[in-house]
Amino acid sequence: MSVNYGSKRIVVGAHYGLRDWLSQRVTAALMALFTLVVLAQVLLSKGPIGYDKWAGIFASQPMKMLTFVVILCLLWHVWVGMRDIYMDYIKPVALRLSLQVFTIVWLVACSGWAIQVLWRL
Amino acid sequence: MSESATTSAKKRPEFRNINAFTDLPSYRLPAAGWVSILHRASGAMMFALMPFIIWMFDTSISSEISFARFTSAFNVGMLGLPGFLWKLVALALIWAFLHHFMAGLRHLWMDVSHKAVELQFGKSSAKTVLAISLTLTAVLGAKLFGLY
Repeated sequence: MSVNYGSKRIVVGAHYGLRDWLSQRVTAALMALFTLVVLAQVLLSKGPIGYDKWAGIFASQPMKMLTFVVILCLLWHVWVGMRDIYMDYIKPVALRLSLQVFTIVWLVACSGWAIQVLWRL
Repeated sequence: MSESATTSAKKRPEFRNINAFTDLPSYRLPAAGWVSILHRASGAMMFALMPFIIWMFDTSISSEISFARFTSAFNVGMLGLPGFLWKLVALALIWAFLHHFMAGLRHLWMDVSHKAVELQFGKSSAKTVLAISLTLTAVLGAKLFGLY
């Protein structure tokens, strides 16, 4: 155990990947909850849903906070999922790294947009 | 080890990676396999179409004017593409979400219950996932295209 870095690093032991697995589950549960909250408000409203009712769902401060959390959940969840796909199907290291970088850029950009939409409402 | 064992042995069959064109068409996936690969495919699809999803969020929520733009994209068309094509994209996303959602609940259930990882439950729950997601997609698709 004197040298534990570089090629000598010991890569066995607990919780390699546990954090990814668990975060994907937790974010999934939160997003499922959010889905039910939005769905309940859509289904419980009376009459056809126009702009006012739809935007009204997201207008309250608690709902904005929940939606904000869900956007971050989505970012994290999708990162874990896409990384899983790349690890299974994309073998060339250069291509895999490029796709991972692209995915991060794509996801951060998309969440920035979604958060902007949310907080200017 | 005797040498005769290695020389007289028949040429053993080689198993390499499956070929997408010669092997896949003859493969028959069980229901759980379909749920699994479609879970990935639906996730990747929503990832690829994420800007369109956020565009829908943006236009539908920002103002009355943008809301009108949102609805006209599906009723009239947008970017030179007719409305029904955008409706089809939306329907594909609806299916992707429903399938991903149901398959995800199945996953979560399997994570908390030992009973749920048994073969029989794996089969029946996979069929349930496919049945629910496809039925809801059909129902919502009919609504989207104004059949009722």
